[in-house]
This record gives sequence, C-alpha cells and structure tokens, in this order.
Amino acid sequence: MTFEYAPAPESTAVVKLKPEYGLFINGKFVPAKDGKSFATINPSNEQHLAKVAYASEADVNKAVAAANEAYKKIWSKMPASERGKYLFRIARILQERAREFAVLESMDNGKPIRETRDVDIPLAAAHFFYHAGWADKLEHAGMGSNPKPHGVVGQIIPWNFPLLMLSWKIAPALATGNTVVLKPAETTPLTALLFAEVCQQAGLPAGVVNIVTGDGKTGSLIVNHKDIQKIAFTGSTAVGKGIARAIAGTKKAATLELGGKGANIVFEDAPIDETVEGIINGIFFNQGHVCCAGSRLLVQENIQEELLEKLKRRMALIRVGDPLDKNTDLGAINSAAQLAKIRELVDSGDAEGAERWSPACDLPAKGFWYPPTFFTGVTQANRIAREEIFGPVLSVISFRTPQEAIEKANNTPFGLSAGIWTDKGSRILWTAKHLKAGVIWANTFNKFDPASPFGGYKESGWGREGGRHGLAAYLKGVH
Amino acid sequence: MILTDGSESSIKSFLRTLSPVDQVGADARAAMLATRSIKTSSKVWAIDIAISMIDLTTLEGADTPGKVRAICTKAVRPDPSDPTVPHVGAICVYNDMVKIARDQLDASGGHDIPVAAVSTAFPSGRASLDVKQRDTEDAIASGAQEIDMVIDRGAFLSGNLAKVFSEIEFIKGICGDKAHLKVILETGELVTYDNVRKASFLAMAAGADFIKTSTGKVTPAATAPVVLIMLEAVRDYYAMTGKKIGVKPAGGIRNTKDAIKQLVLVNETAGPEWLNPQLFRIGASALLNDLLLQRMKIRDGHYAGPNYVTLD
Amino acid sequence: MRIDVKKTYKLYIGGAFPRSESGRSYEVNNSKGVFIANPSQASRKDLRDAVVAARAAQAGWSGATAFNRAQILYRVAEIMEGRTSQFVDEIVALEGVTPAAAKKQVEEAIDLWVWYSGWCDKISTIYGATNPVSGSFYNFTTPEAMGVVGVFAPQKSSLLGLVQSLAPVLAAGNTAILVASEKFPLPAISLSEVLATSDIPGGVVNILTGITAELAPWMASHMDVDAIDASGLSATQEKEARLEGVENLKRIFAFKGDQTPQRVLAFMENKTVWHPIGI
Repeated sequence: MTFEYAPAPESTAVVKLKPEYGLFINGKFVPAKDGKSFATINPSNEQHLAKVAYASEADVNKAVAAANEAYKKIWSKMPASERGKYLFRIARILQERAREFAVLESMDNGKPIRETRDVDIPLAAAHFFYHAGWADKLEHAGMGSNPKPHGVVGQIIPWNFPLLMLSWKIAPALATGNTVVLKPAETTPLTALLFAEVCQQAGLPAGVVNIVTGDGKTGSLIVNHKDIQKIAFTGSTAVGKGIARAIAGTKKAATLELGGKGANIVFEDAPIDETVEGIINGIFFNQGHVCCAGSRLLVQENIQEELLEKLKRRMALIRVGDPLDKNTDLGAINSAAQLAKIRELVDSGDAEGAERWSPACDLPAKGFWYPPTFFTGVTQANRIAREEIFGPVLSVISFRTPQEAIEKANNTPFGLSAGIWTDKGSRILWTAKHLKAGVIWANTFNKFDPASPFGGYKESGWGREGGRHGLAAYLKGVH
Repeated sequence: MILTDGSESSIKSFLRTLSPVDQVGADARAAMLATRSIKTSSKVWAIDIAISMIDLTTLEGADTPGKVRAICTKAVRPDPSDPTVPHVGAICVYNDMVKIARDQLDASGGHDIPVAAVSTAFPSGRASLDVKQRDTEDAIASGAQEIDMVIDRGAFLSGNLAKVFSEIEFIKGICGDKAHLKVILETGELVTYDNVRKASFLAMAAGADFIKTSTGKVTPAATAPVVLIMLEAVRDYYAMTGKKIGVKPAGGIRNTKDAIKQLVLVNETAGPEWLNPQLFRIGASALLNDLLLQRMKIRDGHYAGPNYVTLD
Repeated sequence: MRIDVKKTYKLYIGGAFPRSESGRSYEVNNSKGVFIANPSQASRKDLRDAVVAARAAQAGWSGATAFNRAQILYRVAEIMEGRTSQFVDEIVALEGVTPAAAKKQVEEAIDLWVWYSGWCDKISTIYGATNPVSGSFYNFTTPEAMGVVGVFAPQKSSLLGLVQSLAPVLAAGNTAILVASEKFPLPAISLSEVLATSDIPGGVVNILTGITAELAPWMASHMDVDAIDASGLSATQEKEARLEGVENLKRIFAFKGDQTPQRVLAFMENKTVWHPIGI
C-alpha cells in the first residue's frame, strides 16, 4: 500500500452565506437603486454562492457622496492617533475571524485553503496592523512636514487576492486620512462584503469605507467620478492603460499595479532543491494568478537538464483538487474566462513549436481547472514568453552568461518582479542591480510583507504599495 | 559507480560538486510539509507503518538487563491486547546489552527483529580506531545485525574528511554481510545544512547502508529540515548510483504527529519507495506508546489513557 | 568699429553639436522684437537620435558612482560660474529683465546645480529603506534611475527653469532629452557648451531647440522614453502627452519651480530586494 492522504476538507460551517448581498454605502448594506444584481459562483464546482447587488451610476454617486461627506465632516477632522485605532481594531477583528475569511475566500476564489489560511488572511490583517501605526507618524515619513491626503479615493481591485488586495488598498488610504470607495472584482466580491461587516464591528464611522460591487462599468464610473481625487487600481495592463487615459488632463492622481512576466533566473551554483521549490512557488502559487509570478524560468544552460528533471519530479507531487482540502496545493482557475485565456495562450505555445509538459493529473469534472504545466524550447519571440498567461504555466528559456540572463530578463515591456538563484553573494547583488524590476527575490520567491514596498517598472505600473514608500500613493505631491 | 577514491583531494572535489543548501528555503519546505493533514484510513496505515519502523531504543548508563528484556518483549508485541499491531523495526542498545536483547527477542518470538548496537565509542566517537574496531567486532559477535556507528565530527569539522571516510569504510569492512551499517552524522554538531548534505554523501560514498541523524545525546536532533536534507541526499545518491540508502531520524520524535510528519517528509522527498522499514527507521522510545494510544483511539472511538499501554 | 563674431546656435546630441537633420532653423528675437539668432528647429528625427544617444549613455551614467555623478554636477556649476556674463547677456536680451535680475537668475541656477549635486549620494540614504519584514529575510529598498527622461523646460524662465527641471533628473541618474523654452532657447544652448566641457559624458544630456508643440507628441509617444518632466507644456499639451504616454505607461510630472528632493524622487524607481538570512 502507498501513502494516500485521505481528503482533509476544511468545514464550511464557519461561513454563513447570505442569499443576497447589498452594496455597503455610508455604513449600511443597501440594495442597488435599480435592483440589479449578479451571481457569484464557486469556481471549483460551479455552484452558486450568492447574489450580489450591481452598482450603477446612482449607486456609485451615492457611495462617493457618502465618502466625501465622511471625509469632510469626520475623517479629516479626527486626530490621526484616533484614526489609527480604528485600523488596529480592524486588524484584530480580521485575526479573530480569520478562519471564516479563509474559507469564504477559498470558496469564492477557488484558491487552496492552505494559502488563504497561511498567506492571504494573515497578511491582510498584518497590513491593517502595520498601517495603523503610520496614521499618527506621517510627518516622520519623509513626505514633508505636513503631508496631506487626497480626499476621496477610488479603488478597484482584482480577483486573485481579493481580501489581501483590499487591505493593500484600504489600509494605507485610511491611515493617511483618505476615505474610500472600493470595488471588488466581479467574480470575487464576497470577502469584501464580509469586510464591510468588519468595518461595522469596528465602529468605523459611516462613509469612511464604501464598497460597491459590479463589473468594469461600475469601475469606470468610479474612475470618471468628478469627486474622486485619486485612483488606485490593481489589475491588467490593458485596463490600467484605460484608466491612465481616462484621467489624463484631470487633477486625479493614480497608482497602478499591473501585469508582469517575471524572470526567475537560475545560475549553475544555485541551491538546487530550494530553487526547485522557489520555481514551484513562483509559478504555481495561487494557480499562477499572480502579477509578480516567476512565469519565465531563465536557467543556465549547463544545468537545465538536471533542473528540469528535478522540477518534473516535484511537479508530479503537486496536489490539484478541492480548494477546501487542507492538502491541496493547486486549486481552481478563477473563472471560465480566465481558463479560456490560459488555454488560448497554451495553444499558441503549442502552435509556435514549444514543447509542453504536465504531470499526470486527474482534474475534477466540474469547475475550472488547469494542470501545472511548463514549456521548454521557448524563444524570446514566442507569445508565451512575452504575454502574461496568469495561470499555472511556466516558460523555460536558457541562457549562457549572466549578461545574457539580464538581457533576456529585461527584454519585456513589464518590470514587476524577478528572481535570482545563486550561492554567490556578489552575483546576487550584480544581478539585482541590473534587473529592471521593482521587486527582486534572491534565493526566495513570492514573499510579501506590509513593510516591503511592492510595484513595478515600465508597463507594470505606477507607484508602490506597502512600506514607507507606499504611503506616497495616498499623500499629495510626493513620490 | 566510484564517486571518490577516498583520498582527501578526491573527497573534497566530489563534495564540491554538491549543490549548496539554502537554510531558509529548506526550513520553509519542511514547514510546508508539516501542514499536511493526514486523516482516517491514511492515519491508521501511517501509525502501523511507523510502529514497524521504530528502532526501539534504550541508551542509558542506567540500562539493566531487566529494562532491556522489557523493551524486547514490547518490541515483539507492542500492544498485548491487540495482536494486529505490527512488531517494531529493531531494538537499539549499547554493546553489552546486545546478547541479552538477542536472547530475549528469540525467546519471545522476535526472531526476525534485528538488534542494533551503537558502536565505535558512541556517542562521541572519541577513541582510537583499534578501540572502534574491537567495539564493532564485539557487537557483531554478540549478535548485532545492525551497527549504528558515529562519525568523527571533530575530523569532519577540521576538514579531515579522509579520516571520516576511511573510518566508515573500515567499519563497513568489519560489518561485511553480517551487519547493516548505519552511520550517525550527529547533525546537531555539524550545525549547517550544507554540512549535513556533505556528510550524508560522504557516509554513503564510504559504504553506509543507512544515514542516521543523531545519537540522541545532542540537541537539536532529528529536526524536520535535517531529515529533509538527508532524504534529498539519498534520493540524489540513488539517481547517481542506483543504490538506495536508508534514513534514520533519531531523537526528539516523541508523538504520533511528529512520526506522521516524518512519513510525509519521506513520501514527498525520497518517495514512497522509501516508506518501509528497510529504508526508513525512526530511533525512539516514548514514541511507541503514543502511537499505540492513537491506534486505540481510532479503534475504540474514544481517547485511551496512559494506563492502557505498558510503561517499560 | 569691430564686427561681432556671432554664435551659431546648434543642437546638442550625443555630445556633438549638429544642426537639425531637417536643415530647419527658426527666428528668435529679443524682448523688443529684434532678431538675435536662428537656432535649429529640431525635427522628430533629431528627437529620435537624441533618445538613442540618451539610451546609450544611460547604463554608464546610472552605473557611475553617486560620488562621481555628484562631482560632475558640481563641475557644471563651476564652469557656469565662469560664464556668468554670457548667460546674463542672453537672459537680458531674451527676457527683457534688468542685468541685476538676470544675474540673480544665473546665480540661483548655479546654486541649484550645487544643491542637486549634493543629492546624488544622499538620496538613497534618506529615501531608501531597510524594511523589517516578518520571517528570516533581509529586505531593502533603494531608489534608482528611471532611465531616459524627456524634459520640457519651463517656457518663461530661460535658464533657472531649465536647471530646475534638468538638475534633479540628472541627479537621479537619468539621461535626458531636454527641449528648451521655445521663445527663450539661447541659454539652453549655452548650457550645452557648459555641459560639453564639464565631464558630463556625451549623450547624458541632449538639448533640442524648436517648436514645443511639434516635438511634444513625438517625445510622449516614444516607447523608449521612460518619463517626462512636462513643466514646459501647456495644459492641453500636457494632456495630449499623457494620452500618448499611456502606451508605455510613461511617468509624467509637471512642477512649479520647487526646489525639493521630491523632484529627484519623481524620476526614480524604488527597487526592493529580498534575501534569506541563514547559515
């Protein structure tokens, strides 16, 4: 007999789903004015989870008005230390309700409970805790002696890390004294709505945080609203460019956290087993739905064969399946649309002559699934080497010298992340210095922390989130 | 396949071909594997296989024939109330207890349970080669079928790798086909994972049948990352040579949870082929009772108490 | 009576002083409408050449030690000091201000080079960070050069505005393509002569004179320009530049004469590096 781990499903009893969710405006849940709603499903089994209100113009106007009112009458007048206390409260409540958030996130997004439990939710709470402490120390942040918030901030977040991206947006915005209208992604609205309950429990003044659910149209209503002073967006480069166009010639400020095609560079002297783990973590963490994924493996040609053998062996151990199973490593693709996009790009890889490999892997019949995959024989000109796949698909490219690695790594319009694997300290620093990327992981990958600035060069976006540097995004006239 | 001819320069150049280990990454991998949740039928299987992998050990100055006989009896039938419980993998004792253990095992139906002796000036290894030779020969003559030798950590740390290598080679020669050789690295004294990886390969190249983490006299002992590094080493050594070497963590594995974590490490590192007592052993004493208590809980549906397992 | 030897005002690209490839020039008059000079009217191809030169010089300039860059920018101030009267004459002629006011402008400009020179080797000390992340990792953030920056010098202040825009861009380690004030371009050209003799490697600064409205769209849409200082663009031109600049998500900022490290930081990218701490 072999060691088959029996299913170890996390109980969903901790989550009390409502059949229908309203918009969170001015401290209360309210239905959409025209009564429209849309459904959100569990992508791992296509089961209906809940109906969610669809915000149209009147609703967005109401939310912005509430945020404006709260900014003028309450939030901008409150001593900074008191403002910070609300954030501390929110952090604590997120910790208290962590399991509930983890399960709900896994259900709505399809990502493994191991990740929501160990990464998404603890980091979300940590972001609030970290920024809470900034609220009354902004004059020491190197952003001038009297830094000023923008006012009402419009925030639009993606579906890959729903609550975590919410915390990356809301925590610094509130800490610096802004009020917020936030739109979660269409396919993953539920934890944002549960977060609205947290705001209520924390006693956060009405209107400081408003959450409107909807689709791209709702998002563009936020972007174009005259009373919104600043836009913070995380998502695709295409939509980010659209936002940049929409606000050109206005007084609106913007931070954009967009796509990437991160190079994970492996030198011949890399600690090989940890490197394999890093490659796995770089591309299969969160099903590869990660803007900073290490989606291009640049491997020194003289160790490629050995590395790929080890990678194959390790990939065969990846447990794909029920996201709520505590032993699952790779969960469901977030939506049918995303799955189609992954397939389309993989097909292009096949058609352009790259060689595809996946381990034998039973995928569930229901839901949206894609097996862990890599391509070898990839050239810089292939679409799979240039376009963001945003799925569990790795493109392997070889190099011969450090200079060639740098040239290939930087040969992309993106510049978000990169990885370096070598045992040689001076080579790490040389490589890091020459990479055009905002976040560089040396001998590790996909690590995140509220104290660590995150964001990209070039078409990967504008500005940073997290750390001291991230505060600039929410204060006027600083960089 | 000859990896080294045993000369200092050849050993050094061989060990230099090994990949370095990043401590933080290795720790993270071990910690991730520790989150595996093993339930129901898998747990039943895991408990039984863990019992069959135990080198039931007593290595105290206060050991007496009575104590040794008691654990030997237990080794054969760990749970007197339940004959379906498998016997343990081996008994592990000091040299002077080998014959007592052998006789007791034979007397209580444990013919197929080997006795392992800790030889070569266990635990420090600080003795002349002559003494180590005599120690080993004595154990084998007394009926030991497994020799748990210690490496000369001082020699390893001072860079005298040929000495470490030749001692292992020499003891292996004495063991011949009469005894299996387990080589104790004492990882707690080697400190770095790079050293653990190097010492593992050194021991395997010199002829070890098993590599073992610790004497049990030094902490830290069989930490999960150290076992991970050693499992990676046997996996890689197999890929290089086609030879499967066993791994034995010893020290600090006290309860069922720890033991199952070890099995998960084996399963996802060296692979399922290593999940048997021929290739994986756990050096322990208190662990057996906890495994038995957990087994009873699963069998009976309620928690057992310490009075329902034997204290030896 | 002696006839003046008048200067031919040319472009400054890659360390050389070419005329516009288009062969065009335009008339620049003094504040009273009297002809002074025919500087080159740079074309989009001149701009393209300038971007190539700036990109080629980028690695060397951003890779030079901060101390080295600081000394070079200080050297610019030294050389300018010796040419004060030349700049004063040009400013008086173009802007119609008093010699005293012009002298003040030159002195302020020189002092600004000195001030930004000092930032070269301090900006990452003050604005970089070691971030206390959870887990066994060393994590640090350093601001580094953004790359190639297009600078539209302010239209109204012929020398000081230009230095206000250019100095911080260079202090950050960027290379620049500077488009001079359309009506007041002469001090920019004189500055290029200063730059050429002050150890600034060729291509680090490229100076174009010409019609702002003609050059702005080409600068804004150029995919190898990373950022723009839009201080010299009108509101409409700036909006147009932002729309064009979206294609490669150019960073575009405009300033109002502020003297602040924020102007340096605006043209820097923060790079964060993680590394495990282990044995």
